[in-house]
Amino acid sequence: MHNFEYREPETLEEALLLLGELGEDAKVVAGGTALVIMLNQRLLMPSHLISLRKVENLQAIEASEGDLQLGALATHRAVETSPLVRKHSPVLAETYAQVATLRIRNMATVGGSLAHADPSQDSPVTLMALDARVNLASADGSREVPLDKFFTDYYETVVLPDELITRVLVPPAAPETGSAYVKFLPRSSEDYGTVGVAATVSVEPDSGVCRDCRLVVGGVGSTPMRAREAEDLLKGQRSTPELLQEVGAAARQLTDPVSDVRGSGEYKRAMTGVFVGRAIDQAWQRALV
Amino acid sequence: MVSEMTRTIRLRVNGREHSVEVPSRRLLVDCLRYDLGLTGTKEGCSVGVCGACTVLMDGQPISSCLALAVFADGKEIVTVEGIAPEEGLDKVQQSFMDHGGFQCGSCTPGMVVTAKALLDENPNPSEDEIKEWMMGNLCRCTGYYQIIKSIQEAAVEASDA
Repeated sequence: MHNFEYREPETLEEALLLLGELGEDAKVVAGGTALVIMLNQRLLMPSHLISLRKVENLQAIEASEGDLQLGALATHRAVETSPLVRKHSPVLAETYAQVATLRIRNMATVGGSLAHADPSQDSPVTLMALDARVNLASADGSREVPLDKFFTDYYETVVLPDELITRVLVPPAAPETGSAYVKFLPRSSEDYGTVGVAATVSVEPDSGVCRDCRLVVGGVGSTPMRAREAEDLLKGQRSTPELLQEVGAAARQLTDPVSDVRGSGEYKRAMTGVFVGRAIDQAWQRALV
Repeated sequence: MVSEMTRTIRLRVNGREHSVEVPSRRLLVDCLRYDLGLTGTKEGCSVGVCGACTVLMDGQPISSCLALAVFADGKEIVTVEGIAPEEGLDKVQQSFMDHGGFQCGSCTPGMVVTAKALLDENPNPSEDEIKEWMMGNLCRCTGYYQIIKSIQEAAVEASDA
């Protein structure tokens, strides 16, 4: 690993000033589970590391005007085990519980994983399906970005060099809504998925017809993606095996996966169709309960 | 040549206070092994997958190959050397010996530390809970059944005591 200066601000204000001053010469570190590997392999060689590990008040998971608010420094494990998350968005607790291993979940943070922006991650897929928003702060102020406008490319986001992610806001689900996250793991359970799919389905309580839905696929393109055309096929419909196949085929059109150890591009594409169907089916069943 | 950037960290390791001057780039696993001489913790894959380097930070299992030493400033660390009481062995250690919970031994320190954290949090885990918790600790000799058995028996032992 190369030589760098380690800075450890204790407040958000101090961190933002430091970041404003150092800009692109600095990298921000929280849990470190992704960044330390990249430093160790010399993929990144910043002159400074700004650690958020001693910054207070960014760990909390709380309710805020109906939204669920996740502090950027909340760990994956904290989200997974939070009674508030399990009540507000059970699918979110389920998703964070599926990330890597316990050791990683004890370290990796909500904000860190979004900033890392690896398209194979689990939590951004579910957060996007839940219509989450990200709060970004700089020394000059703050702004809110919907998660479906947040990722721009492999490992790239809209976060500017002087900005920090401070929290993620998840709105409450509409009534009669079910949600699910499924991922395909052909290798081992701590691995990244070949494809990950999150779906939310809101139904008309009497007829079971889909009133609204959101469908997001991850790991099969440069960012997690909303499958809007596939969503449109579901609205106003009842669940049938034929419909789920049709929707899977529509979502498959969106994908542009790279071939790697988790499958060839063609295979990932085919599996996207299958797992889209399963995610919608599971979400729909949960909506009808 | 830029001089090495260092920081002085204070940490508690296995109940003992240490103040160590470390390079900013020092990994926690290297700090434990080279600065503190605690070579029980092994480095396996170096990318947080295999679990050989597991230590407890404030009671929770982490990969010490993914943590910088400076992350441990102000923290309580437990390594495999800190598991046993002053006399004898911890129940988990004894149970691994009694039930053949290891073959080559490379993964054992990480297995023991992770299992200890499980029993601290959940003294009577089901087989599924053991598998779920231990999922990130790899044994390339594939001696998993004896490892699960060792942990189950350590739990029984603890509840009988």
